[in-house]
Amino acid sequence: MTWVNDHWDEIFTLARSHVWLAGLPLILGLLIALPLGWAARRWTRVYPVLISTSGLLYTIPSLALFVMMPLIIGTKVLDPINVVVAMTIYTVALLVRTVADGLGSVPDDVLQAARAMGYRGFRRFFGVELPLAVPVIAAGLRVAAVSNVSIVSVASLIGVSQLGNLLTDGYDRFITEEILAGIVACVVLALIFDGLILLGQRLLTPWLRAQGARS
Amino acid sequence: MIRFDNVTKQYPGGTVAVDDLSLTAPTGRITVFVGPSGCGKTTSLRMINRMIEPTTGTISLDGQDTATMNEAELRRGIGYVIQHAGLFPHRTVLDNVGTVPRLLGWDKKETRERSRELLARVGLAPELADRYPSQLSGGQQQRVGVARALAADPPVMLMDEPFSAVDPVVREQLQDVFLDLQGELGKTIIFVTHDIDEAIKLGDQVAVLRVGGKLAQISDPAYLLAHPVDDFVADFVGRDRGYRSLQFQPTPRLPLANERTVVLGESVADLSVPWVLVVDDAHRPLGWVEPSRIDAEVRTEHLHRGGTVARASGSLRGALDAALSSPSRRGVIVDDSGELVGTVRAHEVLSLIEAADRPDEDRASALAEEGS
Ligand SMILES: Nc1ncnc2c1ncn2[C@@H]1O[C@H](COP(=O)(O)OP(=O)(O)O)[C@@H](O)[C@H]1O
Ligand SMILES: [Mg+2]
Repeated sequence: MTWVNDHWDEIFTLARSHVWLAGLPLILGLLIALPLGWAARRWTRVYPVLISTSGLLYTIPSLALFVMMPLIIGTKVLDPINVVVAMTIYTVALLVRTVADGLGSVPDDVLQAARAMGYRGFRRFFGVELPLAVPVIAAGLRVAAVSNVSIVSVASLIGVSQLGNLLTDGYDRFITEEILAGIVACVVLALIFDGLILLGQRLLTPWLRAQGARS
Repeated sequence: MIRFDNVTKQYPGGTVAVDDLSLTAPTGRITVFVGPSGCGKTTSLRMINRMIEPTTGTISLDGQDTATMNEAELRRGIGYVIQHAGLFPHRTVLDNVGTVPRLLGWDKKETRERSRELLARVGLAPELADRYPSQLSGGQQQRVGVARALAADPPVMLMDEPFSAVDPVVREQLQDVFLDLQGELGKTIIFVTHDIDEAIKLGDQVAVLRVGGKLAQISDPAYLLAHPVDDFVADFVGRDRGYRSLQFQPTPRLPLANERTVVLGESVADLSVPWVLVVDDAHRPLGWVEPSRIDAEVRTEHLHRGGTVARASGSLRGALDAALSSPSRRGVIVDDSGELVGTVRAHEVLSLIEAADRPDEDRASALAEEGS
């Protein structure tokens, strides 16, 4: 524990930037995936296109995407924006399908009833469809969160620091404790993200845990 | 008044779901669309609030072509109830009921008051208000569905098989609640069902549709049972239609006989009749007993409960059934408060039936004309 005890400050600084680099794309990705997922539901021809495109995006190796970012969006090579944008792309790729499936899980009779009562557009989306899609979307978001936390660590290789630095640095300098600290910190962070999403989901879906529910 | 003029709906695949439908649903009455599955009932219903647009033809509400009306406004003025209620699972019962008032911009307090009032109207206990739909039985959910449709007091209600998914006992209760409500509210209702018995019980006017979306016959239920226009309608209205049509005969005065009764707890040992009627302290019939099988006083477990009880003001069908089901062959007749007024025999009811007229031709489209 000596290495860790001597480096608490550094670990916390790296963890903070890890939270940003993994968390911000999660939020941005969700915000982008919502309208895309909605469009995929709305226009049936869009669905397969979006699904295969996003599947394809996800197969691009993260390092390649990080490296290509400056070329695509014209940023500086060491700019953390590169990582945020790349991670957002991954998140969108994961979440488009989740959002589309979540909206698709809303029972048809509920949708018909909403329509018949004069619900339309935004109000129907935010008032009926989205709240009912929360359980499915939250499940996808948990996967994306864990995957973001792990992928972001690769960014050390392009000079954007976060917890991944502990792994590369520990490896370069043969400090096993540093490597272990990096792994544990990543796991803890992933668990915290997961817990927060779970908490949010529970707050948003009180009806799922209503006492004596029949189904 | 809702009016269909030569309305046809052809789906993109080519299916003609509704074929040249013309009919009028009069204001304040219940018009039932009935027919086998796939005959275009739902399609017809949804064209009224424009969830589906007709291919040709027009539908008008009180003389105004619905195609010219604002879609959302049109819908908020039309209550809609569907088979599985379609309640919002994420909202409490109270909030479900308040949906349309909120959409119309009522304030929270006003909406909640109105919603509570409606829950009481459809016979739901106030403590159910804060539950979620998944915590209710199917019948309760359906009541909430009706309350929700009524919340903003729309003049028109569309109901698509609202009671089909609940068990028969609950269905009867829901039908009765519904008829009670309609008696008070007098909405213009289109009610869809595939169940001819339900159609006949609820409809002021019944439209029978055949597969392919063609109107086979439209008339009041009694006339429909007495004069089906063709084999399809005759088949569809089904067996026992002679018997069932009795429920629409105006009830003449029944020739009632006085019945010897005993009160629960009395001894019947000295009675020599085969069957005697047992009543409670308020003279309400409880059931028949056989004195020969009882050696002391009458207790509840002696009661034979096979016989039905009919109201004097009820239909001839009820009176005949009471006579046929009674072990003594004497049908038990009560007044509106449930008190025994006498008994009647099957042959006496039959004589009354023979003396009465069948529904005649000129009642064919009385309702339809009244509406136009
Ligand atoms: N959206 C649709 N697209 C194509 N065909 C449809 C659609 N909806 C219903 N149909 C067809 O139209 C006919 C009438 O359907 P519907 O109005 O639902 O009948 P019902 O409610 O009497 O069972 C059926 O043959 C059905 O398969
Ligand atoms: Mg239907």
